[in-house]
Amino acid sequence: MAVYELKSAKQPPLGERGIIAWVRHHLLSSTFNILFTVLSIWLLFIIIPPLVNWFVLDADFVGTKKSDCGGDGACWIFIREKLKMFIYGFYPESELWRANLTIALGVTTVLLAAIEKVPKILKITSILLLPVASIVLLNGGYFGLTHVETNSWGGLLLTLVIATVGIVLSFPIGVLFALGRQSKLPIIKTLSIFYIELIRGVPLITVLFMASVVLPLFFPEGIDFDKLIRALIGITLFQAAYVAENIRGGLQAIPKGQYEAADALGLTYWKQMRLVILPQAIKVAIPNLVGSFISLFKDTSLVMIIGLFDLLSMVKLTANDRDWLGMDTEGFVFVALIYWIFNFTMSRYSKRLEDKLNTDNRD
Amino acid sequence: MSFLRNEKVRGVLYQLITILGFVLFVMYIAQNTAHNIEARGIKSGLDFLNTTAGFDITETPIAFGQGSTHWDVFKVGLINTLIISFFGIILTTVLGLIIGIGRLSSNWIISHLAAGYIEIFRNIPILLQILFWYNIVLASMPSVRQSFSFFDSIFINQRGIFIPRPIFEDGSNLIGAGFILALIIGWIISKWSKKRHDDTGKEFPVVLTNLGLLILLPLLAYFIAGKPMHWDYPALKGFNFSGGKTFTPEFLALLFALSIYTATFIAEAVRSGIEAVNKGQKEAATALGLTPSQSLKLVVLPQAIRISIPPIINQYLNLAKNSSLAAAVGYPELVTIFAGTSLNITGQALEIVGITMLTYLIISLVVSMILNWFNKKMKIKER
Repeated sequence: MAVYELKSAKQPPLGERGIIAWVRHHLLSSTFNILFTVLSIWLLFIIIPPLVNWFVLDADFVGTKKSDCGGDGACWIFIREKLKMFIYGFYPESELWRANLTIALGVTTVLLAAIEKVPKILKITSILLLPVASIVLLNGGYFGLTHVETNSWGGLLLTLVIATVGIVLSFPIGVLFALGRQSKLPIIKTLSIFYIELIRGVPLITVLFMASVVLPLFFPEGIDFDKLIRALIGITLFQAAYVAENIRGGLQAIPKGQYEAADALGLTYWKQMRLVILPQAIKVAIPNLVGSFISLFKDTSLVMIIGLFDLLSMVKLTANDRDWLGMDTEGFVFVALIYWIFNFTMSRYSKRLEDKLNTDNRD
Repeated sequence: MSFLRNEKVRGVLYQLITILGFVLFVMYIAQNTAHNIEARGIKSGLDFLNTTAGFDITETPIAFGQGSTHWDVFKVGLINTLIISFFGIILTTVLGLIIGIGRLSSNWIISHLAAGYIEIFRNIPILLQILFWYNIVLASMPSVRQSFSFFDSIFINQRGIFIPRPIFEDGSNLIGAGFILALIIGWIISKWSKKRHDDTGKEFPVVLTNLGLLILLPLLAYFIAGKPMHWDYPALKGFNFSGGKTFTPEFLALLFALSIYTATFIAEAVRSGIEAVNKGQKEAATALGLTPSQSLKLVVLPQAIRISIPPIINQYLNLAKNSSLAAAVGYPELVTIFAGTSLNITGQALEIVGITMLTYLIISLVVSMILNWFNKKMKIKER
C-alpha cells in the first residue's frame, strides 16, 4: 500500500530568505534605491570617521591644563575641569551638599512618579512639594541654613530648577484656564480665551522681557523681585497657556455622556470635574503634556538672554575663560548632549505612555 | 439663602466676582505703574517713536540713516523678521519634505538616516543650535583673503556668503509682465485641463507645461526687451568684498538653525499625514488599476495634505516666533533692535515690549485666520 507522507516544504530560493533577501528588499529593491543606498553609505563614510576621530580617537582625556590638549580632537579635559561650574554654577563650595540633596530629591520624585505601584497620593504630594523643597533648600535662610543669593545659582542646577518650577506651577494654572475656556459662563470664557491666545501668539522671549523689565513697574516700590523669580513667573505664565490648550484637547475628547452621567448623579461642578472629567481628560492629554514639557525644558535656555546663568550660558561664560580659549565647541557639544539625553528620555517615555493608552482604548 | 442654590444666579455671581477681581487687579497695576514711572523719571506715551534713534543697524532693507527715528527702527526690525521668516520657511519646507518622505522610504538606510536626523535636531534647544552655527561653524570659515570661491562669483568666508546680484535696467518691466502672463496662462490651462479630465478622463501634463511657460515667457521677454539686466559680481576691495548680495553670518546662522530645527517637526507632520491615510484607500486605488504613482498623486496625497498642512502652518508660525532668538547673535530683527537697543536707549519698557508683543500677536492672528480658511476649504464635503 502506498504510503502518503507529507514532505516538508522546500525552503524559498536563496535570494528570498535570510540576509540576502533583507538586503535585496530593504536596500536594493529598485535602481533608485540602489543609487540612494550607495549615496547614503558614501555620506556616512564622509561624516562618521571625522566625528569618531574628533570625539574619541584624537581627543584628549588626561591632564589638567589646556596645554595638555595637543591633538586635533576634542579637549574633554576642559569639560572635566569645569564640570562643577557646569552643574552648580557659582554655588558656594561648602554648601554643595544642599545642591546635591536637591538633585537627589528631584530624582526620587521622578522615580516615584514613574513607578506604577506607588500610591497616587504619594506621587502628587511629592511632585507638589518638590519645587517648594528645592527652593527652600537652595535659598536657605531657614532652619540654620546660610542664605545663598540666587545670583550664584547656575548651571544644570538652575536649568532643572526653572524647568521643575515651570512644569509644576504651570499645571494647576493651566487646568484652571482650560476649564475656564470650556466654561458656560461667557465672561470667564472670554477672559480665558484672551489669555491663552495672547500668550500663545507671542514668542517666549517677549514674555521674559515683560517679566524682567516691565513686571517690576507693576508693583509698589518696596516689593522687589529677584531676577530668578521674575524669570520663573514669566516661564510659568507662558507654559500655563500651553498646558491649558493640552488639557482642553483632553476635555474635548471626553464623551458628552460622561458630563451627563455626572450631572445625573447630582455632583456639583467642581466635584464633576475633580472626580469624573479631569482624571479622564488629563489621562488623554498626557502625551501632549509631555511634549510641551519637552519644549519648556528646551526653552529654559532662553533665560540666558535676560542674564541668568543656566547650563548654556555657564558654558558660554567658561569658554571665554582666558586659560581655556577656543573651547566653545566642546562646551556646546557637552550641553547639546545633556539636553538631548533629557529630552530623548522624556519623548520615549511619552511614546510608551501613548502606546499604552492606545491599547487601553481598544478593550 | 435658597436663591444662592440657583445655578443661573450663581453663574452671574461668579462672573461678577471675576470681573471685579480683574478690574481691581488692573487698576492696582495701572496705579503702581503710573507711580513707578513718575518716580523713576521715565517718559511715557508713544512720542518716543518720533525721536531720533541715533544708532546704526547692520542690515537695513529700507533706508535708514542718521536722522531715522525709533519708528524706523521698528519698521526695519519687522521687515527683517519677515525676511528671515520667509527664507526660513522656504528652506525648512524643502528640508522637511525631503526628510519626511525619506522617513517613509522602503530603503532601510534612508529611513534610519531621516529618523536619526529628526531625533538629533528635535531634542537640542534652538538657541544652542543658533549659537553653534554662529560661534563655531561660521566662525571657522576662512578669512576674507582666503575665501572659498566658486566660479569666481560666489565667495564664502568669515564675513558671510557673497553672491552675484541681478541689476534690472529700463525695460525690465517686460520680464515681470512675461512672468505674470505665464501665471495667468498657467491658471487657465490648469482649469481647462481639469474640466477636460472631468469630462473625458484624458490627462494633460499641466505641471510640465506650466513650468515651461514660467521659464520661457520671461526669457522671451528678456530677449525682446534687449537684455535689460546684468549681474553685479562681488569683488574683493580692500579688506572686504563689495558689490553683489551679502548674507551676513548672523543671518545665515539664524536661517540654518531655524530651518534645520523646524524641518524636524515638518518632517513628522508630513510622515504622520501620509501614514494617517487609511490603508484601504491605497488598496482600493490599486484595485481600480491605478499605477503606484497615480495612486500617490490622486488618492494618497490629497488626503495626506489635508492632515499635514495645519500642523505645518503652525510650525511656520513657530519659526517666525523663534526668529526672535536672533537677539543672541545680533541679527537686527524686531526683538534685537527694537525690544533691545531702542528699549535700552529710551527706557520705555512698557510701551516697547507691548508694541513688540502686539506685532507678533497680529502675525499669529493673521496666520490662524489663514489656517481657519484652509480648514474650511479642505473640510470633507459630505452629502
